[in-house]
Amino acid sequence: MKTFLTTSVLALSLATAASAEGKLSLYHWFEYIPQELLDKFAAEYDVEVTMDTFDSNEALLAALKAGKMGSYDLAVPGDYMVKIMGDEGMLDTFEPSELSNFGNIEDKWLDVDFDPGRKSSIPYQWGSTSFSVNKEVYDGPLDSLSLIFEPPAELKGKINVLDTSGETLTLASLYLGIPQCSSDREQLKQLNALVQDAKPDWASFGSDVAKDVLVSGDAAAGMIWSGFSAKARAEGAPIEYVFPKEGMIVWMDNVVLLKDAPNRDNALKFMDFLLEPENAAAVTNYAQYTAGVKGVEEFLDPEVANSPESNPPADAKGVFVEACAQDVQEMYDAIWTNLKK
Amino acid sequence: MAGGAPGGASKSEIYKGNGPKLLLPAWLFIGVFLVMPVAIMAIYSFLTKEFRGGVIWEFTLAAYDQFFLDRGLFGDEPPSIEWTYIGIFWRSIWQAGLATVLCLLIGFPTAWFIATRDVKARSVWLFLITVPYWVNLLIRTVSMKFLIRDTGPLNEFLLALGVIDTPLALVNTNFAVQLGLFYSYLPFMVLPIYAAVERYDFSMSEAAADLYASSWATLRLVILPVVKPGIVAGCILVFVPSLGAFLAPDLLGGAKTFMIGSLIEEQFKGAAGNWPFGAAASMILLTIVMGVLLVHARAQTKGER
Repeated sequence: MKTFLTTSVLALSLATAASAEGKLSLYHWFEYIPQELLDKFAAEYDVEVTMDTFDSNEALLAALKAGKMGSYDLAVPGDYMVKIMGDEGMLDTFEPSELSNFGNIEDKWLDVDFDPGRKSSIPYQWGSTSFSVNKEVYDGPLDSLSLIFEPPAELKGKINVLDTSGETLTLASLYLGIPQCSSDREQLKQLNALVQDAKPDWASFGSDVAKDVLVSGDAAAGMIWSGFSAKARAEGAPIEYVFPKEGMIVWMDNVVLLKDAPNRDNALKFMDFLLEPENAAAVTNYAQYTAGVKGVEEFLDPEVANSPESNPPADAKGVFVEACAQDVQEMYDAIWTNLKK
Repeated sequence: MAGGAPGGASKSEIYKGNGPKLLLPAWLFIGVFLVMPVAIMAIYSFLTKEFRGGVIWEFTLAAYDQFFLDRGLFGDEPPSIEWTYIGIFWRSIWQAGLATVLCLLIGFPTAWFIATRDVKARSVWLFLITVPYWVNLLIRTVSMKFLIRDTGPLNEFLLALGVIDTPLALVNTNFAVQLGLFYSYLPFMVLPIYAAVERYDFSMSEAAADLYASSWATLRLVILPVVKPGIVAGCILVFVPSLGAFLAPDLLGGAKTFMIGSLIEEQFKGAAGNWPFGAAASMILLTIVMGVLLVHARAQTKGER
């Protein structure tokens, strides 16, 4: 009897859930969208929203390749991953006319190399990847990637680097001034030697802990994403985010429409929803990056709008991570494995 | 009766002829959840890798070639033995082995202590051993990091006592990884040994003492043979999960070097996206674990003869 009751209650609640107008299934980064915003969309459009999360662009690709295509409507890949997914035929396209807020996209993010003409994607947030330094531990000039790759005595053994080959090897390449996806042997040997020599000075490799190690003081310097650094600062870490003279990584995360999306209409509604300045600003206030949408300024918290991490000096240089060809990528993989063997 | 069940003829008659049918659920379970995944892994390890994850259905030995043969950073040098992956495996095996020995050294006396208390006290001690394991492993590992970090309670305490002048750098060392593995898997050693010691008849120790056996000889010749199955089970239960552990190496060791677990994860989730190589590494790991278990099984049957 008890079992019967439980089953009926379960069936009832399932039935209630299914009575929402429709569904929307998101595949998103961890800690990247406020729950209130999802609730707001669900209430406004009477749509049941479900979300799974991933922790790297590569993990997103791996999950979709391993058979998750067709179960999600939208995903949020970074710039180079949009291109890879497009090349793999994983993205659906839409017409600008299908999104009433398409015109809200900032002009500079409208025609991007990774999705010319924005046929499959809209901007979500953009920011940079560089590093932050604890000013109580090191009080010298903060202007160069040498602080990570050839660190001064104060920082030796107290550095955390991101645990992804793409970000760490790209920053190393910027420091050496060699192009990304280089297949030049001398340059690759140089890159290999640089990270090999730097490794003894590094305390740890970690991406999801990048903020925590700076807050706790386990690391005195660490590669980090701009918004994560702002959050670490807000949590009390005496750190400064560095805009290195050699350059930094600039990235943009984008909402893409997946091929075989089970709820294409709701997916487009959600994209339109995210292009509303108020909603884009809600994401920015939460994640502390920068929206690629016009008119968000009036909705931003002042401390987010004025954060030093989101307002690089005019002469700061940034590059997008490039997707390398297979034979070149294999060499970078070998350098990474060699580094961690 | 062929079955020779201790219950006698009536029981074996009920089961007679129905054996295969009764085994069907077990066979189905093993087939679907054990044999099939392993078979898929085995097949994938011989396929051609697709760039950025996935496989192409062309047979090749490339994954095993990559594991065992070194052709230089650019892949054009004459092949020599590749030490990179063997080194990663060896490090993991060594670390798991050390964790097993540590767990045994602490776990055996602990189990002995508990088994020699009176019945009421025993259950309290067992309860205390298992309580921490109601908490998720990730949280326990992170807590361990909080305890031993430079500004953590352990260092603060030693500094306050004046034992040390500067904090001990414990986090991000091999010591921290060992500590994490030891702490994670200790109960897997204590519980089987406890079960074995509990069945030990202590009058045998008395008999040995009456026959002028030294306490060392009593331990070696009387106690160990009896509790050996518990020790072996405990060692396997600690060694096998330690071998694939990646939480302790990542969080406490700083992820500076690949362990078997993180190497395989990188092939599926990382930039390398090399599924056949990840599958091949899994198969090699599986072979090693099977080898350990076979040695155990052989030792068991020998012991029974």
